[in-house]
Amino acid sequence: MSESQVSPEDFVEILGGLREFIREAVIPLEREIAEKDEIPQSLRKQAMDLGLFGYAIDQEWGGIGLDVVQQAELGIELGYTSLAFRSMFGTNNGIAGQVIAGFGTETQKQQWLEGIASGDIVASFALTETGAGSNPGSMRTKAVKTADGWSISGEKRYITNAPIADVFMAFAKVTDETGKAKVEVFIVPSNLPGVTVGPHDKKMGQAGAWTADVHFDEVKVTDDALVGGQPGIGYKAAMTSLAKGRITIAALAVGQAQRVLDESLAYAAIAKQGDELIGNFQLVQAMLADMQVGVSAGRALVLDTARKYQSGEDTRIAPSVAKLYCTEMVGKVADLGVQVHGGAGYIREYPVEQIYRDVRLLRLYEGTSEIQQLIIGSNLMKQKLAEN
Amino acid sequence: MRIVVLVKEAPDTYGERFLDLETGLADRNKSDRVLDEIVERALEYAISYAEKHEGTEVVALSMATEDATASVRKALAMGADRAVLISDGALVGADVTLTAEVLAAALTHIGYDLVIAGDQSTDGAGGVVPAALSELLDIPQITKLTTIELDDKAVSGTRVIDRVTLKLRAELPAIVSVTERFPDARFPNFKGIMAAKKKPFEVLSVADLGADIDVLAKPRAIMTEISAKPPRAAGVKIVDEGDAGNQLAEFLKKNQLV
Ligand SMILES: Cc1cc2nc3c(=O)[nH]c(=O)nc-3n(C[C@H](O)[C@H](O)[C@H](O)COP(=O)(O)OP(=O)(O)OC[C@H]3O[C@@H](n4cnc5c(N)ncnc54)[C@H](O)[C@@H]3O)c2cc1C
Repeated sequence: MSESQVSPEDFVEILGGLREFIREAVIPLEREIAEKDEIPQSLRKQAMDLGLFGYAIDQEWGGIGLDVVQQAELGIELGYTSLAFRSMFGTNNGIAGQVIAGFGTETQKQQWLEGIASGDIVASFALTETGAGSNPGSMRTKAVKTADGWSISGEKRYITNAPIADVFMAFAKVTDETGKAKVEVFIVPSNLPGVTVGPHDKKMGQAGAWTADVHFDEVKVTDDALVGGQPGIGYKAAMTSLAKGRITIAALAVGQAQRVLDESLAYAAIAKQGDELIGNFQLVQAMLADMQVGVSAGRALVLDTARKYQSGEDTRIAPSVAKLYCTEMVGKVADLGVQVHGGAGYIREYPVEQIYRDVRLLRLYEGTSEIQQLIIGSNLMKQKLAEN
Repeated sequence: MRIVVLVKEAPDTYGERFLDLETGLADRNKSDRVLDEIVERALEYAISYAEKHEGTEVVALSMATEDATASVRKALAMGADRAVLISDGALVGADVTLTAEVLAAALTHIGYDLVIAGDQSTDGAGGVVPAALSELLDIPQITKLTTIELDDKAVSGTRVIDRVTLKLRAELPAIVSVTERFPDARFPNFKGIMAAKKKPFEVLSVADLGADIDVLAKPRAIMTEISAKPPRAAGVKIVDEGDAGNQLAEFLKKNQLV
């Protein structure tokens, strides 16, 4: 993995600056974002100015160049506020941006990364289809060779940031002369003829973050749209991007869990039944204790996972372990948070109500919990059998 | 054009703040220490002016203990070109006149076309340093501005008081102070934070300024007594028995809140 381009001292200040920004500029807008189902343009501009669209992209391309451990710490911080905020630049730094940063040709990097890092370009990751979510290998979108490029046709669904995307990392199957089909990934600008994006989905949570269907109808791209410039890269690019993304999702889960804990603790310290603070009831304290245990364990696990990923020690099992544990953990913590709040936990003006819905997604995308179990289990077996 | 912004670290108003009743000084170690918000607004003006006008240098000047470095560095992260921190053990607890004398010497040492300060800090709330500097440096002051216009020769701005808006103008070099009505400051961006470490940051003692300042002279302003604000009294509860509206209006009127 590439080394950090940011010194530990600078990073401490970056993290402190981000914390201040979230506390002062994002948290006060949480209700507005949720109610309007939109991130205010002024906040988007501030996020661009700050450098948030390219924190995981190398400085060479105008990004900040954080390493994986720093990205995880940043993710925990970002997780402290509405997840929709992070989602706005999540695809640029994460699943979509990493496809070009990790697998693109020099020309492709030159053409795209600077705009992606600054936020002038929004990149989306278009893998999932109906019937091809957990098993993307069964996708039906295909790319057919033309004289000077490719023609792409197919339908994607639930694509984050599709309604505002300037460019898609579009995954499609290519069949070679022998009749064997392989997944490839193409850089497809959203303004090409044949690209249409559906209305944005009405979701359970994370209002303000948009997903939509994307249709490719004989979309013509030139040869240089094939990521990496040669066939055989797409599947690996998807899996690598997703594995790294799992550490981020786990970090966000820890951030949200911390927020739920803080909100619940603050509530328990002021709300009373009769003359007694609810926080003085031992059964409420037990819930707070369970939340703290989850947060502490999750934080330790995410940072350990990031270190192992960074050093190359474990880039496959560990991210799945962290995602599985932390996203399940935040589900339980959010549930407890609602319980500590009593009826208030079911009322919109309390952040825990929103978080309870928002974090549900974390167990579904970038690999469901069951898919994480499969990855962990099958790789453990593979390792064991290789030893024998 | 060189703009010097006077920056001050203050306890974060976001959290609880504490006063040491023995010394009368803010107990800075008990709260988060940050750049005073009004100072950030002043910096924001200077930095955005510099961004639009090439050849403008923005210098952040502070008199504080050396551990204020991190706060002052934030000015650099926001976009100031360099910082000067006057730090001297002999200055701890300096009154406003001594503070002004030291800052005046520092300003002379640095050189300036325009000096910008906040109209008053959120901790000391003395609000007289700009006036004292104007006197000591013999330059015009226009204070409590809500807007500034600046060109190579002069600075002008508006001051809003009760029902009047004043337009004021002064030839450079001059000192101005700005109020809370100035726009919010930017957040330092990640690249700015990294660049700040490479910008010049001078820490000077009173002796370094080469000025004739008697720091041991008896303070000219003496605080004779200090007491903490009495805890808030219980509020007035209005129970609506059909006349709550009237009662609320009465309350507001009585307390001159409308
Ligand atoms: C808000 C949101 C944003 C998204 N953003 C993107 C995006 O930006 N880009 C993108 O490409 N996709 C995106 N997705 C899609 C997401 O990654 C998929 O929805 C997810 O991977 C699950 O796939 P599926 O919906 O087809 O469910 P399915 O795969 O049909 O899963 C249904 C159930 O079956 C289980 N299951 C499936 N296969 C197995 C198996 N082999 N063994 C055991 N159990 C199994 C699953 O765990 C699950 O419980 C997004 C989805 C949502 C909701």
